Amino acid sequence: MFEALTFLQLQQYWWIIISLLGGLFVYIMFIQGGQTVLNQLSRNETEKTMLVNSLGRKWELGFTTLVLFGGALFAAFPLFYATSFGGAYWVWMVILFCFIIQAVSYEYRKKPDNVLGQKTYEAFLYINGSLGVVLLGIAISTFFSGADFALDDNNFVHWQGGARGLEALLNPMNYLLGFALLFLVRIAAGMYFISSIDHAPIEAKARTMIKRNIVWFLPFFLGFVAWIFLKDGFAYDAATKTVSMVPNKYFWNFIEMPVVGIMFLAGVVMVLLSVFNTVFRGKSCCAWTNGVGIVLTVMAVLLAVGFNGTAFYPSTHDLQHSLTIENASGSLYTLTVMSYVSLMVPFVLAYIAYAWRAMDRVKITEDEINAPDAHNY
Amino acid sequence: MLYETAASVDWARAQFALTAIYHFLFVPLTLGLSFIVAIMETLYVRTNDPQWKRATKFWMTLFAINFAVGVATGLIMEFEFGTNWANYSWFVGDIFGAPLAVEGILAFFMESTFFAVMFFGWDKVSKGFHLLSTWLVAVGSNLSALWILVANGWMQYPVGMAFNPDTARNEMANFWDVILSPVAMSKFLHTISSGYVIAGLFVVGISGWYLLKNRDTLIAKRSMVVGASFGLLVSLFLALSGDESAYNVAQKQPVKLAAMEGLYKGETRAGIIAFGILNPDKELGDDRHEFYGDIEIPYALSFLGYHDIDAFVPGLDDLVYGNEKHGIEPAQARIDRGKTAVAAFKEYKTAVKAGDEAGAAEARTVLEANIADFGYGYLDKPEDIVPPIALTFYSFHVMVGLGSWFILLFLALLYLTMANEITRFRKLLWLAIWSIPLGYIAAEAGWIVAEVGRQPWAVQDLLPVGIAMTDISSSSVQTTFWMFAALFTALLVAEIKIMLRQIKIGPDGGDH
Repeated sequence: MFEALTFLQLQQYWWIIISLLGGLFVYIMFIQGGQTVLNQLSRNETEKTMLVNSLGRKWELGFTTLVLFGGALFAAFPLFYATSFGGAYWVWMVILFCFIIQAVSYEYRKKPDNVLGQKTYEAFLYINGSLGVVLLGIAISTFFSGADFALDDNNFVHWQGGARGLEALLNPMNYLLGFALLFLVRIAAGMYFISSIDHAPIEAKARTMIKRNIVWFLPFFLGFVAWIFLKDGFAYDAATKTVSMVPNKYFWNFIEMPVVGIMFLAGVVMVLLSVFNTVFRGKSCCAWTNGVGIVLTVMAVLLAVGFNGTAFYPSTHDLQHSLTIENASGSLYTLTVMSYVSLMVPFVLAYIAYAWRAMDRVKITEDEINAPDAHNY
Repeated sequence: MLYETAASVDWARAQFALTAIYHFLFVPLTLGLSFIVAIMETLYVRTNDPQWKRATKFWMTLFAINFAVGVATGLIMEFEFGTNWANYSWFVGDIFGAPLAVEGILAFFMESTFFAVMFFGWDKVSKGFHLLSTWLVAVGSNLSALWILVANGWMQYPVGMAFNPDTARNEMANFWDVILSPVAMSKFLHTISSGYVIAGLFVVGISGWYLLKNRDTLIAKRSMVVGASFGLLVSLFLALSGDESAYNVAQKQPVKLAAMEGLYKGETRAGIIAFGILNPDKELGDDRHEFYGDIEIPYALSFLGYHDIDAFVPGLDDLVYGNEKHGIEPAQARIDRGKTAVAAFKEYKTAVKAGDEAGAAEARTVLEANIADFGYGYLDKPEDIVPPIALTFYSFHVMVGLGSWFILLFLALLYLTMANEITRFRKLLWLAIWSIPLGYIAAEAGWIVAEVGRQPWAVQDLLPVGIAMTDISSSSVQTTFWMFAALFTALLVAEIKIMLRQIKIGPDGGDH
């Protein structure tokens, strides 16, 4: 089946999968978003535990999606994996640090004799939810702003300058996506809380929180969209294998790939409608539509950065060292084999959805949290 | 080496070793305890006896406390391939990345999805679905071990690939060769069974403590039976899989086998050192004795390595300096061929750039003829192929010695518990408790044998660690090493404290 595809088609297929995983990962980061509003949405310890428990039942999915995103990049685009992780060393190390402290926080937070104390674990959750998310947004933003690396004849990466990725923090434009992501995942968290917790005070506070965060989200998101639409993009000529700067490249990518453009618009509209329905019409079923909207929007952005003759990881040191889905990919054989493995993805998504529905059929209540044999986080 | 000093390489290795050591403190227990919990829940569902449910929930709580740090350190390891070993990531990422991705798709999601059902689904889903979820967590955890160990097995014995000079990397040529490599399979079976033994020791040790304290005796005795029978079965299997591993090492990594046994001069009918103290002054090629004192089991090494008591087992001197009589060439010959391969690779690149097709074809022919020794081209001298001998030797013997002790311990505990005599043997119960850390020591020792024993290779014969690492200053890696050391240690302390408290609270305490 996949043997019939050309090498380029397989590379494109894998970029689509990476984009889908990226979209799913951003959606599942509602867990991180929720971690930043625990105090804001709760009035007492029981309410906070309800919120933590609600997120805690899903935190592993976020972790796993990150692992899969990394693993898929490693297998499908190993040159990106080597270049970005090895090159932008410090950014990734700080991100990883933010994720380690999340992993233990749910399970250890309320356990007796937990050494560091409940507040420390809650601080860990906050750091992971805020710094981790903003830094991830900045790291992804370098797809548009470029990174300071060179590749030698063996495709080994040499980062230029000692900041090892931290120089991305000096570009104010990179913060647009970082903060847009932060407020987006807080909005998604609010909708998730409303759909999974049966508790009026939390619900009311969540709706207010969503309203405030959409006000913050929109300027950053629109600023990001304006920036990528107006800036010169890193265009790749497949025939001459050269990279050059082209005005409004990303804007034209959305126009020249109408499916991607429509996907982007549909995604944004779905997110905004979900917010509208939640905040102004008092609905509590918008977590899923919002999720689909986020996945579509992120997918479209990633597709726009990898397709239509675009270098997805540009080198600002030397444009010709930029990574494209063609020069950064695994071999034809590996992509073919991996494509068969990818056929498992729908089954995986199906059982995740089934288990999720089975667990969330009954909302979390105060009684459940206070039950004597409850497994609480 | 290509660009960095030895200090950079050592810090990168230290950081990866640190992460792996911590990771391996948590993961083995997860692998085995998940099955023990599933067995107990199965007994609960079949008998409807609430005591089995109490036991299941108790061990499940300890499982969850341990699980989180294992997941966190695992994430770091995955990304450290990129951050610390960027050149490696490119050079072999086409092959190595695939098992990691499969691990994510097929194993991690299963584990994480059903983990939530297992802990929070007791009153939300049916008994049958809950039991299925518990088993799927166990299967998912062990499947993830399969894929990462397939990747590790490939690093020990690279198969199913071809070097592509145009992309300057190794590319996968046969997926099944990679997956079904005998080294990968025996590595998987040996490693997971070591995890099961740790879980068995954990359960019998804690059950022993309850019996000593004369509390929760029914659950403790039942847990003792489950833990000891599980432990006995898997420790016997561990011995068998260890034999298979040693056989593979003898065939594919003879230098590692020689280091494991402190064998300098090759022997026919070679024996295994049951006990020995290495002579620290001994050097390659000299005539000093290897040991201050040793007790040897005759013929055993020849049998272990080649399944033939008359077989010749090459020593380090033979492998480094060659042994004409037994057809072993000196390492220098491989270094020479490696340097020829590296030079031919450079010539190929130059010729391609210049558009010199004939020159490129000629260089490629030379490269392909010498590609099997490509990695040797980056070594300076024959002695570089020898790993740290003392560390490998002692680790191996600690692992084997403890493995034998565990079989005896499980056997005694099972027999005495079944005979309802166990509470009379208080010293044995104390031994069971003290054997919990011994299980971890044995597993870490095994890991050291596998990983230190294959130095200097990141990928056996193809890629030395010095070439594999990221072009980064040692100070950066040093800083992150201490960051991770501090964090992992804090988490380990937290885990031990929480675990001890939960054990003290016991099965009736529920979750706190």
